[in-house]
Amino acid sequence: MRSYNIAKRPLWVLAAVLAGSIHSGAVAHSAAPLSATIAPTELQQRDNSLYLALGEYQGLSQLMEAFVLAIAVDERVIHHFERVDIERFHQMLTLHLCELTGGPCEYTGADMVEVHRGMRISSAEFNAVVENLITAMQQQQLSVSTQNRLLAILAAMQHEIVYPQEQK
Amino acid sequence: MSRVSMNTARSAKLGWLVAAALGLLSAPAQAEFGRLLATGGLTNIEGAGGGGIVPWATLASYADQQQWGATLAFNVADVDDYQLQVGAATVTYDNRWEFSYARQNFELKQLGGELKQSIYGLKYRLAGDVIYGAMPQVSIGLQHKRSGDFSLPQALGAASANGTDLYVSATKAWLDGPWHRTWLANLTVRGTRANELGLLGFGGDLQNNYQWVAEASVAMFVNRHWVVGMEYRQKPDNLSFAKEQDWYDVFVGWFPSKRVAVALAYTDLDAIAGAAGQTGVYGSLQISF
Repeated sequence: MRSYNIAKRPLWVLAAVLAGSIHSGAVAHSAAPLSATIAPTELQQRDNSLYLALGEYQGLSQLMEAFVLAIAVDERVIHHFERVDIERFHQMLTLHLCELTGGPCEYTGADMVEVHRGMRISSAEFNAVVENLITAMQQQQLSVSTQNRLLAILAAMQHEIVYPQEQK
Repeated sequence: MSRVSMNTARSAKLGWLVAAALGLLSAPAQAEFGRLLATGGLTNIEGAGGGGIVPWATLASYADQQQWGATLAFNVADVDDYQLQVGAATVTYDNRWEFSYARQNFELKQLGGELKQSIYGLKYRLAGDVIYGAMPQVSIGLQHKRSGDFSLPQALGAASANGTDLYVSATKAWLDGPWHRTWLANLTVRGTRANELGLLGFGGDLQNNYQWVAEASVAMFVNRHWVVGMEYRQKPDNLSFAKEQDWYDVFVGWFPSKRVAVALAYTDLDAIAGAAGQTGVYGSLQISF
């Protein structure tokens, strides 16, 4: 597993590395990975309208790419991502949001409390990341409705991410 | 003091305020790292973070936990026979405490002259967050109001020149509300003896005790920068010389950035001090640091 120590590099180098790694990754994940698909019967019961509005897996993957790139140039929060494997981060984000928005995916990563344990993320840092997501959604020209639907889902996780975290 | 020199003094003060604001505009922005856009709301006519005529549970500025923030605001309500001008400043800390100062000038356009009042405000967030979690943000506050000149209020039957309002506010935003728009609702309950905000003193010949009044705001964000809404403010009726009325307004707010917020409203203040049908426009400009 690769990890980038991005703190010591100029940000434009980081952005270039990120863009390159995500683009090479995006090809492999342009459709939902087979291993992550779920049974069709369960699929039919899900409201996947948000997933469709986001442009399905391809659209989500592009959105998460823009999101990760916005984070990469954000000095307010970049220190939290110093030891993060960016490719895997992008992939897990996309998969998780695919599941949360009603897409045919199953997020297999750790829960949000587990993922953010020990990071001591402040409320202001969480808000900064939300702003990065809004920037990314604007870049992808998503409608206000779609943006609000996605923000509401993610805002519900705030208490699991911001320190001190509430245990579920 | 003549009217001309009063206006000169006021514009000098305003000029100083604008110069200070412009100077601070070039300072590094704490506002850029804190809470989300529009969560600081605007500055109400009493200097508290809120809507236009109602204080909200939200704290002014964008300061989050362990951060300091500040705002400067200027509000004008221009109705048929009166004009209310408000200059206000707030300092907030930790998304917990809000300290405010407001200066109100109430110009009597028909009668001539003006009434003045200073308001020292304190707000404390008890619990909750306007955006995150299921429960609304709940704050308590007080507003200590001191009349500039008590002679007219006293002649009209007011009991005291100074008074303190106490209030509790609950504010909640729904990111994905009806029509997939972000909505905000606020309910404030206030204990007060104030006549016309305190501009006509406190208590009176009809009633001299604290009364509970309700104030409410509802707003819908059309997108992240534009909001439309309405407000209602119940008021006591302590003076026999004229019946005091409740206030309403319908507003449009614009949040182009975390630095600047603007609101424009149509306001219905009904009858004030016996002069009926006081409708007009309300404008508000706020700069955050």
